[in-house]
Amino acid sequence: MSLLSVQGLEVRLGARLVVEGVDLRLDSGELLGLIGPNGAGKSTVVKAIAQLLPHRGDVRLQGRSVRRFGARERARGMAYLSQDDQVQWPILVQDLVALGRHPHRSPWGGSDAAGDAGGAVEMAMRAADVWTLRGRRADQLSGGERARARLARVLAVNAPLILADEPVAALDPRHQLDVMELLRVHCVGGGGAIVVLHDLTMASRFCDRLLLLNQGRPVASGPVNDVLTPEQLRRVYGIEAVTGVHAGQAYIVPWAREKGRGLGGGLDANAN
Amino acid sequence: MGILMAALLALSLLSLGFGAAPLSWGEVLGGLLGTGPTEQVLIVQQIRLPRVLLAWLLGASLGMSGAALQGLLRNPLAEPGLLGISASAGLGAVLALYFGLTAVSLWALPAAAMTGALLATLLLYLLTRGGSSNLTLILAGVALSSLAGALTSLALNLAPNPSSVQDIVLWLLGSIADRSLADVRLVLPFVAAGLALLLAAAPALTLLTLGEGEAVSLGVTLSRLQGLVITGSALAVGACVSVTGTIGFVGLVVPHLLRGLVQHRPGRLLLPSAIGGALLVLASDLAIRLLDTPRELMLGVVTALVGAPFFLVLVLKSRRALP
Repeated sequence: MSLLSVQGLEVRLGARLVVEGVDLRLDSGELLGLIGPNGAGKSTVVKAIAQLLPHRGDVRLQGRSVRRFGARERARGMAYLSQDDQVQWPILVQDLVALGRHPHRSPWGGSDAAGDAGGAVEMAMRAADVWTLRGRRADQLSGGERARARLARVLAVNAPLILADEPVAALDPRHQLDVMELLRVHCVGGGGAIVVLHDLTMASRFCDRLLLLNQGRPVASGPVNDVLTPEQLRRVYGIEAVTGVHAGQAYIVPWAREKGRGLGGGLDANAN
Repeated sequence: MGILMAALLALSLLSLGFGAAPLSWGEVLGGLLGTGPTEQVLIVQQIRLPRVLLAWLLGASLGMSGAALQGLLRNPLAEPGLLGISASAGLGAVLALYFGLTAVSLWALPAAAMTGALLATLLLYLLTRGGSSNLTLILAGVALSSLAGALTSLALNLAPNPSSVQDIVLWLLGSIADRSLADVRLVLPFVAAGLALLLAAAPALTLLTLGEGEAVSLGVTLSRLQGLVITGSALAVGACVSVTGTIGFVGLVVPHLLRGLVQHRPGRLLLPSAIGGALLVLASDLAIRLLDTPRELMLGVVTALVGAPFFLVLVLKSRRALP
């Protein structure tokens, strides 16, 4: 039984069909990268799976239709990290991370310590390297620190499925690697994750499989090397990329706008 | 919290001990417990006690509603006045006075005020139904507030009797002087119900710190949260307005001052804001009585004089915070 299965996902905004025909399966241990140009519908797909948008189609978590889940049960099953970088009030990092335990507490509140058996909050803060920042206010963090604190909040949920919308967009290279590594660890530990990414090398380096979207429709899916072909990059992104292999994994460096001819666009760009 | 509570009790005692008739502390206590001479019992229980209790109820309603609405809208400038709840309650009450319904029943005034507040709530709901943005909600509130103000002015404009106009204007200015225990009894159940609804929203308000998407992903139902906060505010504020008139800015100032004490967690801000609101209303009322003005100042005038500059400073600060 797969961790997550999605069939015939369709999202409308008003009369406009923004996502159509998305099918995907995610097994435990798998990290799926969701890639595509701006406006391709990546965030919309993730939000629909997280049940934040009205949608059609069947979303099953561990074999059960998510529509049948109560709100708190669903919250324990999947954790969602939004693209929006802002924390609305300057609460302390430790309070921010502890919010991830909310679905495990009784509906009538209870103390912040309740629902944190096993120290999930501390573990999440240590994993995301924000333990030393726990007494700081959210508005006093750098962009990278805040991104890690928000990731720690997601890890604290201890949900089998993580849905992360561009978790590395605002980060320097070192912290991009840290965040992707953490998501990888989550998957190695038996969880699964769907991650929206713009950086194709990150996608290649860390994801087991990729789903490439264009204009709301899936155009390719499967192992990294099958999806990130020069033809696809040209067709979907309109770019020429420099590609290569390092330590058995592909890297992709976008180099120039599409020239309409085979590989070597990088050299063309240099000639210009 | 403990300090706020202690300050509130101390100020309440001070308020009970101070008045036109000089009473010793022993006499005040005797009056409060009903063991003293009848005259002192009357002064304390019928004149001074209602004033203190109404300050508690009004301050708690305004303070907690302000904190809850700020949490819901994630905007430190929100308060019952901004969303048109106070103004609509005022309109309901003015219409009741205008049509002479107050002569029919004691309950007409609070019922009309709460109806006004609830109709405003319902209209806000219809205008912003289906997950509209906070900006829409705030703009709808501002529009509603203006409409209620305009209709109130219309009622005053068309009023046939000049003396009733003066009554209405004075009442609109807001005061907790010369109210009775009957007023307190009238308001109490609605305030209690309203505050209970607001407290039920506390955990979800804190989760909203993460933004709507992540809050929903953690189990928050937005429509339920909005319903709790808006209905709770309408009940508590509407009931109070019917007895005290419109008193502004308490719901703005108090949560702002106390936010640091609870590490900015919106859910934890509710109770302290209720106590702080009571403290502020009581202190303002006491200040009015201590000031030696030719005519006693109205409470609503004083809170507005203090609160409006505060509001401007907040606006300037939030302007500077923008990129």
